[in-house]
Amino acid sequence: MLDTNPNFVLAVEGLTVSFDGFKAVDDLSFYVEPNECRVIIGPNGAGKTTVLDLLCGRTKATAGSANFKGHELLSMREDQIVHAGVGRKFQTPSVYEDLTVFENLELSYPHGYSVFGALAFRRSAAVRSRIKEIAEMIFLDTLLEEKAAFLSHGQKQWLEIGMLLIQDPELLMLDEPVAGMSVAERKSTATLLRTIVADRSVIVIEHDMGFVADIATRVTVMHQGKVLSEGSMERVQSDPRVIEVYLGH
Amino acid sequence: MSLRSNRLFSVQDIIGFAILAAVIFVLLPLALDDFRLNLFGKYLTYAFVAVGLVLCWGAGGILSLGQGVFFGLGGYCMAMFLKLEASTPENTAIQSTPGIPDFMDWNQLTALPWWWEPFNSLAFALFAVVAVPVTFAFIIGVAMFRRRVGGVYFAIITQAFAAILTILIIGQQGFTGGVNGITDLRTLQGWDIRTDSAKETLYYVNGVLLFACLFIAQFVRKSKLGRLLIAMRDQEDRVRFSGYDVASFKIFIFCLGAAFAGIGGAMFTLQVGFMSPTLVGIVPSIEMVIFCAVGGRLSIIGAVYGALLVNWAKTSLSESFPELWLLGLGALFIAVVMAFPNGLAGVYAEYVAPRIARLFSRSPPGAPMTEDRARTLAE
Repeated sequence: MLDTNPNFVLAVEGLTVSFDGFKAVDDLSFYVEPNECRVIIGPNGAGKTTVLDLLCGRTKATAGSANFKGHELLSMREDQIVHAGVGRKFQTPSVYEDLTVFENLELSYPHGYSVFGALAFRRSAAVRSRIKEIAEMIFLDTLLEEKAAFLSHGQKQWLEIGMLLIQDPELLMLDEPVAGMSVAERKSTATLLRTIVADRSVIVIEHDMGFVADIATRVTVMHQGKVLSEGSMERVQSDPRVIEVYLGH
Repeated sequence: MSLRSNRLFSVQDIIGFAILAAVIFVLLPLALDDFRLNLFGKYLTYAFVAVGLVLCWGAGGILSLGQGVFFGLGGYCMAMFLKLEASTPENTAIQSTPGIPDFMDWNQLTALPWWWEPFNSLAFALFAVVAVPVTFAFIIGVAMFRRRVGGVYFAIITQAFAAILTILIIGQQGFTGGVNGITDLRTLQGWDIRTDSAKETLYYVNGVLLFACLFIAQFVRKSKLGRLLIAMRDQEDRVRFSGYDVASFKIFIFCLGAAFAGIGGAMFTLQVGFMSPTLVGIVPSIEMVIFCAVGGRLSIIGAVYGALLVNWAKTSLSESFPELWLLGLGALFIAVVMAFPNGLAGVYAEYVAPRIARLFSRSPPGAPMTEDRARTLAE
């Protein structure tokens, strides 16, 4: 039924995971539309990161379904989920510190995924120009030869976003993309997110309410593994339950 | 590594390969007598293992403490062929069952076991030298890496494999020659491998094969697969969530390391004239890791020097102070890990290379050598 509905890129229904009886995510349902930037907020321990872990295959769900354009994500392997078009950024920036910015992006270039494909992979002009294009988007085009270890925290966050963008996913999941960024970097990131959401859907987990207001199409508030409230930023902010558990303090 | 070019060999690499070639093919043969040259040939067979370890451990972060298994399997495959060739009915006429290897006869075997039969063929034996270690590595790799066993656990399990294979070989004396190994090997297709001239030829064959392995290793390191290995070592999850099946890359590099080790083992058998379980077990496997660590676990060239140097020290020291050698080896390993984590190659890159660069300098003299630059050079 769901995969016949073209309005949703992602339909999550009844998503549940239980760790030794503790339900970190409990019967969660939400729907993401094309070109939507969905922000998930909620107090610590609400299960936000776990939702992303479940969707990208890092954690196995106990029950429920997550339908991405006809693919059932919950039964797929991590790399298959990536190939289906779902990209995920981790909370702490995960870049390859011993490699240069160029090489970091190159390894994410969607070609040569098999062992022998990787052995035969060549830096063609197309690869190079695509890397340059992405590097400009993520403000790192002058740092291509720099080792990732020498980037600032914010630049590493951008680099990881770039590593996802180069794969051109239809659904991008970002876990706290502006954590540790300066105010100026946050502004740039918001601009970047508005650009990339033009071609795809994005799910963002974020605590910075100013940033959320800047980017969100819709907001889902999670509390104790469940959806507490959902809707536009204004609606969510005026919801008394949300104010009580999250925004109030 | 520059943005525009990603050549197979940098100038540094070419110099490194050229110097090593000069050492192996010119310097050592000129400087050493036949006996010593054969000894160095033996040391160089361990270099195959060390080069494989640079790929698995240095680049990929997969520490195997069981490379002796693959070295031994390659060596045994070669030894089985040579033993069958040496066990002609004429040579073994005094046995109760002539025509089978002597140790089988001593163990009351009356026929050649079926799995020995194919080793009558040299072509099969040469194929098996690579195929048997690779098959074993593949099975271990699939079992471990698909289940995401890694790090210390993987190291311990590989060590257990080394112990198991040793026990198996010793226990199955009638099939394997037991603790003595397979000895008294004579000819290869009628060519007597025990003569000085044969040993000299084998030394050069060994050198050529080692360079072939070094070229393959260099190609792998410079390919995207090489960079993926480094990426996996640092951020395995990021690689996985970039769409790569991490396990298949680990299995591949582990199999490649096993193939190198198998070739080394076969060359050991040919040059030394026997194969025994003492070369398979835990101690030799750990020694092989030490060769790699001393030479520099990030440098394939360094690993070759590590194997040469440690073995040479082992021979010299254990001749004079047999009881101190093991302690010395342990101390050496600790010292290298503590003081020079990148081994000889790291020392070269950090202290020697900048001086040489200054001698021929076109760049401003005294350019600071950061640890990171040193590491780049060491790779």
